[in-house]
Amino acid sequence: MSTSVISQAVVRGPRAGTVVLSVNGQERELLIEPRVSLLDALREHLGLTGSKKGCDQGTCGACTVWVDGRRVLACLTLALSCEGREVTTIEGLAADGSLHPMQAAFIDQDAFQCGYCTPGQIMSAVALLKEGHAGDDAEIAEWMSGNICRCAAYPNIRAAIRDVRDSAGGDR
Amino acid sequence: MRALSYARAADADTAITLVAGHPEGTFLAGGTTEVDLARQDVRRPGLLVDINDLPLNRVEDLPGGGVRIGALARMSDVARAPAVVARFPVISQALVLGASAQLRNMASIGGNLCQAVRCGYFRDVASACNKRDPGSGCAAMDGMNRGHAILGVSDKCIATHPSDVAVALVALDAVVHTRGPAGQRAIAIDDFFLLPGDTPQAEHPLEHGELITAIEVPAAPIARRSAYLKLRDRESYEFALASVAAAIRVEDGTVAEVRLALGGVATKPWRARRAEELLLGEAATEASFTEAARQELAQASCRPQNAFKVELAQRAIVRALRAVMNGDAR
Repeated sequence: MSTSVISQAVVRGPRAGTVVLSVNGQERELLIEPRVSLLDALREHLGLTGSKKGCDQGTCGACTVWVDGRRVLACLTLALSCEGREVTTIEGLAADGSLHPMQAAFIDQDAFQCGYCTPGQIMSAVALLKEGHAGDDAEIAEWMSGNICRCAAYPNIRAAIRDVRDSAGGDR
Repeated sequence: MRALSYARAADADTAITLVAGHPEGTFLAGGTTEVDLARQDVRRPGLLVDINDLPLNRVEDLPGGGVRIGALARMSDVARAPAVVARFPVISQALVLGASAQLRNMASIGGNLCQAVRCGYFRDVASACNKRDPGSGCAAMDGMNRGHAILGVSDKCIATHPSDVAVALVALDAVVHTRGPAGQRAIAIDDFFLLPGDTPQAEHPLEHGELITAIEVPAAPIARRSAYLKLRDRESYEFALASVAAAIRVEDGTVAEVRLALGGVATKPWRARRAEELLLGEAATEASFTEAARQELAQASCRPQNAFKVELAQRAIVRALRAVMNGDAR
């Protein structure tokens, strides 16, 4: 990447350069242009295809990941802006080969049909419990409204969230 | 998306110097508008200066009961800040009723004020749009304009201002603090949003390289009982068809103080001054609320598809005032 120093900041691009991202606890090096979104960096450069590209304009939630522990949309996030931050994707949720309780609950409650929105739903759902906004079904619906499900599995998604909310250890 | 350069600034002076020094330079905060519009080719930033490391994200008490919101505080953080929840519930409610949880985690309060309109013709580079391409015309005039504005419109642009929290901030006489190549200044929030007039491309008075640093909300005891009512096509995650930020203080049955602003119906967050003036000193009754609402909307200029907003906005005003007065808002 062509670089120049102005004041105290380094200007990078527009050509590709080396970027180091911390994803699911691992440092990963990529060669990308500044215009590359976090979503494209994950899917096309790091092979982490769990995060899905639905609308690519911030309306569907299929690309929901965590940056520094907060749920955000990877499609509207530039990969470069995540340098020095911790990115967590659906691939980083299971620990030691066992599913996260929310993943297990989605299976138990049949909380999907086609499955395309599911990684985003699960990343959002785990964050929702941490945020403390899963008091009742109305609150769950409101705070999950950024994750669209074309198959309309909403009742079962809410059931999965209730299951984890009501069981110990779900708030991992 | 077109190729662009990127820099991350650690302090405001560096960020301002970088943006001011590049003709197509712009600040990158949450990115929820900027990245989206760059991908749609609506905007063509040559240099994005990432300001997310700047220490401008605190929500602080001001002497006397006001609050100072750092420009980079996220919508979600401002919504749950104790000072905001207790003293300015209308701000908190407007924030929570906007966007989605993910977007609220990303979008900064300064960026929220600068967000672009959601007019479909503005976002579609194949359509005529005076805001995106001055002089090209306005496809919304005789197009799909059900969601468009009925107040503050011009023959050049009828795009609705999309922000919810800005409506609350306009009702509360907030002040936008900026810093730029020419120094610092404070802009009354009602002056921060420009009517489209003949120059719809100019949405606010910021100079190139001028950065919002904070938004100050002055003390307003009336705001402790305030509310934001938002009406839309679906229950959540949707822009307003009509919304109302309201606060009212009633003494001996008459209106002693009132704040009223409208969203979803105007080209800028709309302070309903005509209604406020009419209500002051009047009996706090359904009849006076209805008459004030009617007079505020008497200045509406409608297109065939959005004429329904006149009655919708009037009813929303009455409902919001009644709810705040009775203490059963939301």
